[in-house]
Amino acid sequence: MSEWPILSIVTFFPLLGALLIFLLIKEDSEQSKNNIRNIALMTSGATFLISLLLWVFFDNTTADMQFVENASWLGGNINYKMGVDGISMLFVILTTFLLPFCILASWKTVKNNVKEFMIAFLVLETFLIGVFSSLDLLVFYIFFEGGLIPLYLIIGIWGGKNRVYASFKFFLFTLLGSVLMLLAIMAMYWDAGTTDIVELLNHEFPAQMQTWLWLAFFASFAVKMPMWPFHTWLPDAHVQAPTAGSVILAGLSLKMGGYGFIRFNLAMFPEASDDMQTFVFVLSAIAIVYTSLVAMMQKDMKKLIAYSSVAHMAFVTAGIFTASTIGLQGAIFQMLSHGIVSSALFLCVGVIYDRMHTREISAYGGLVHRMPYYAFIFMIFTMANVGLPGTVGFIGEVLTLAAMFQVSTWMALFATTGVILSAGYALWLYRRVIFGELEKESLRDILDMDKREKYILVPMICITIFFGFYPQPIFNVTSVSIDHLIENNRQDMEAAGRLSHEPRIKTMDAAGEAAATTH
Amino acid sequence: MSTENDFLYILPELILVVGALIALLIAGYAGKKSVGLVSNFAIGLMILAGVVSYALPTDVTRVFNGLLINDNYSIFMKILTLFGGAATLLMIKNFLQSRKLDQPEFIVLILFAIVGMMFMISSNNLLTLYLGIEMQSLSLYILAAFNRSSTKATESGLKYFILGALSSGMLLFGMSYIYGFTGSTSFDLIAEHISQEGSSIGIIFGITFLAAGLMFKISAVPFHMWTPDVYEGAPTPVTAFFATAPKVAAMAMIIRVLYSPFIEMGADWQQIIVFVALASMVLGGFAGIAQKNIKRLMAYSSIAHMGYALVGAAAYTEAGTAIQSVILYMTIYLITTLGVFACILGMKRGGDSFEKISDLAGMWRNHPLIAISLTIFMFSLTGMPPFAGFIAKYYVFTAAVNEGLWLLVIVGVLASVVGAFYYLRIIKVIYFEESKEPFDPMSIELKIVLGFATLFTIIFTILPSSLLELAQTAAQSLN
Repeated sequence: MSEWPILSIVTFFPLLGALLIFLLIKEDSEQSKNNIRNIALMTSGATFLISLLLWVFFDNTTADMQFVENASWLGGNINYKMGVDGISMLFVILTTFLLPFCILASWKTVKNNVKEFMIAFLVLETFLIGVFSSLDLLVFYIFFEGGLIPLYLIIGIWGGKNRVYASFKFFLFTLLGSVLMLLAIMAMYWDAGTTDIVELLNHEFPAQMQTWLWLAFFASFAVKMPMWPFHTWLPDAHVQAPTAGSVILAGLSLKMGGYGFIRFNLAMFPEASDDMQTFVFVLSAIAIVYTSLVAMMQKDMKKLIAYSSVAHMAFVTAGIFTASTIGLQGAIFQMLSHGIVSSALFLCVGVIYDRMHTREISAYGGLVHRMPYYAFIFMIFTMANVGLPGTVGFIGEVLTLAAMFQVSTWMALFATTGVILSAGYALWLYRRVIFGELEKESLRDILDMDKREKYILVPMICITIFFGFYPQPIFNVTSVSIDHLIENNRQDMEAAGRLSHEPRIKTMDAAGEAAATTH
Repeated sequence: MSTENDFLYILPELILVVGALIALLIAGYAGKKSVGLVSNFAIGLMILAGVVSYALPTDVTRVFNGLLINDNYSIFMKILTLFGGAATLLMIKNFLQSRKLDQPEFIVLILFAIVGMMFMISSNNLLTLYLGIEMQSLSLYILAAFNRSSTKATESGLKYFILGALSSGMLLFGMSYIYGFTGSTSFDLIAEHISQEGSSIGIIFGITFLAAGLMFKISAVPFHMWTPDVYEGAPTPVTAFFATAPKVAAMAMIIRVLYSPFIEMGADWQQIIVFVALASMVLGGFAGIAQKNIKRLMAYSSIAHMGYALVGAAAYTEAGTAIQSVILYMTIYLITTLGVFACILGMKRGGDSFEKISDLAGMWRNHPLIAISLTIFMFSLTGMPPFAGFIAKYYVFTAAVNEGLWLLVIVGVLASVVGAFYYLRIIKVIYFEESKEPFDPMSIELKIVLGFATLFTIIFTILPSSLLELAQTAAQSLN
């Protein structure tokens, strides 16, 4: 396998499809629109299949980067370097997995400018995969930042009424965070003389510099994630974005922040991460409680789910900065599960939005009488969002909570409150939309889900349940890399003479048992 | 060294001068009819001069008793300037017939301006420097006011002239101080004097005025006042020319002056450059927000971009990287700006030009390809990856980071976020608003320039090495 640049193929294959659509097809008839959709679907489907090879050939026993490619690029130790390890590989799969669903979800809803829409999505896919698979800071930055462009256009062109405001806010917020990260990248190049991520992971930055670098990276990822109080762009962007755009935002875009926290903030600046732990915990605790409460008050379904995303991501940040094996396992699992569950929830909202063209919660009620399938599917994802045992949502939450409890009881207390609150808003949403009498005149003729919609959501249900009961395949991939990261972290801390909180559960077996005993 | 040999090194300039005189003769006999012929002739001349420049020996040679210098740096910058001039002329030649500019003298003036720029780039003496500047400026003053029947154009020409004359005065004043305190106008002798005797308050005084005069030419804050008015008032083809070749030549000259005779006084002039760069980036970023006219917007954008280029210029300790970053920045700026102006020149309906940003509304429905190109340029000017503008910004900022100029870098990246707002606004108008009537079909010449600029902006990020190496060799020869 090693002679094939499989990561680059996965990364740039969607771009190839986009180029094909751009050059060959003119959007002038219904037939040509269908051709465009088909090509886009096939491209993203093929990308997913190729990316599965990564999982098949992935070596679970090493923490080294795999599928590494290296080509000279800018000179001066800045190269085009790609590779994945246990931390990033699954995010690549998540990206390639979600993209075909985005395209399917837009099959009928996007009627005009199909060509541009599909091109934008395929280009976006390339950028998203690139973020998780690049091993050079500057290449990473290019993918990270470049992804803003298609997303900005998707929100701005195919979005709702207030799309211009939302797209500007989204773009400028994220850009502001990112340029600070760019500064940090330049400073790191200045200090270490390279932008190679693997080398930088072994490079010791001076303690004071670490704090500044940490803050700069934090600015970028905290906006992306988004953490309270940098989250205000997210509800706007979600509400205005088309369904597929929301899926990308919630499912993938937010994960870049978490991935960045693990790969850069935690792994490269261990001492600064230790210093800032309380700071992150405070922000996370506020985010969990505050945004959960805000979510309860929402009248718009998408906004509600957007706020719940902020709360769920706060579990991730808190989990990451416990700097423990179990916390990181939980954080990564939570990100993956949230990627599936929140995407599915947005798709569910999209289903009824396409029929009624409103996202107001009060416009619905009693849907169970007309849409039994829908009610069933929506219930599963609502439960997964709440974190019901037996769904993927549970495992990430319980692991991060366990890790938090070891480090800070207060943090765990607030986080647990958040779990309760999340049950509150999610169930209340479900009750108001699905249950009750079917009183609204406009809902009398609403149709249940068609085949296409079921095809989209059924695979997601399978994943939600399967990994909910049997998360081991995920842990198998991540555990060695995470152990390695934590071990490095500990050594750095010992070298710096401060080992304040030794993780009590050190190995993955123990974490696995912890997960198993909770069933 | 014999003087005959020296003429070899100014062969490109000679080609242009003789060619311009021939063009003037043709113009005198054939009158307005000859515009097309003369412009094609001029483009041919510039290409020829570019090829000859490329063929010149690349070792550092001083000619005419050290009045001029020939090195990799001058060759690279000359070719870049000639390229900018030829591309602009290619874009605007169809406009000359339609826009009351249908006089072949227009093209002759452009040629003379280019000759002036080439002398600016290769001057090795304050006097040749001044002559080059004046030759360029006088031609540009006339070009700005070329459309005599338009009040706006006349006003802009006059404004440009008065402020330009003021800056020439400052330039000369500074030069006289430098001459007085070092005893020479030759860059080599000035450098020698400074390295032996050290700096003195008189020289610093001279440099300050010299820098003020030079900053005027690249329209850096606080010497930028003329730019928005001239950009807006001058006929669009003239603006397209102003925004490209003269900027490159003037920046090349500034780098030459700072890094060749005064490199030993880096710590002194660095403060000036840092201040000017800061002010340009911030003003260019904020003032662009409220603009409605796209030419005026481009004026503020160019002010900001000169600020970014100066960020690289300020990092004098590592002269090689600093100069390389500026060369790279100017190359990418030139090509992107050419592309933008190709789009602006294409904003015509029924033969009439439009220049409001709102005229671009919904452009992507009628002209999807042009809209994509313009979008790419806007993102590139913002400094968004994966486009060339990002690499350009990365290099100048890296140079400044290596120097430890943190304030400059932090303000710079924040200003680029502010600037992003108005570039985004253009994209917003293109994509998010209801479409208006389509523009006239673009001429083939505009399409060529537009296509080239678009491809360059995309492909540079993927294959940057050859241009990077060229810029590096050029930078080393000056160092």
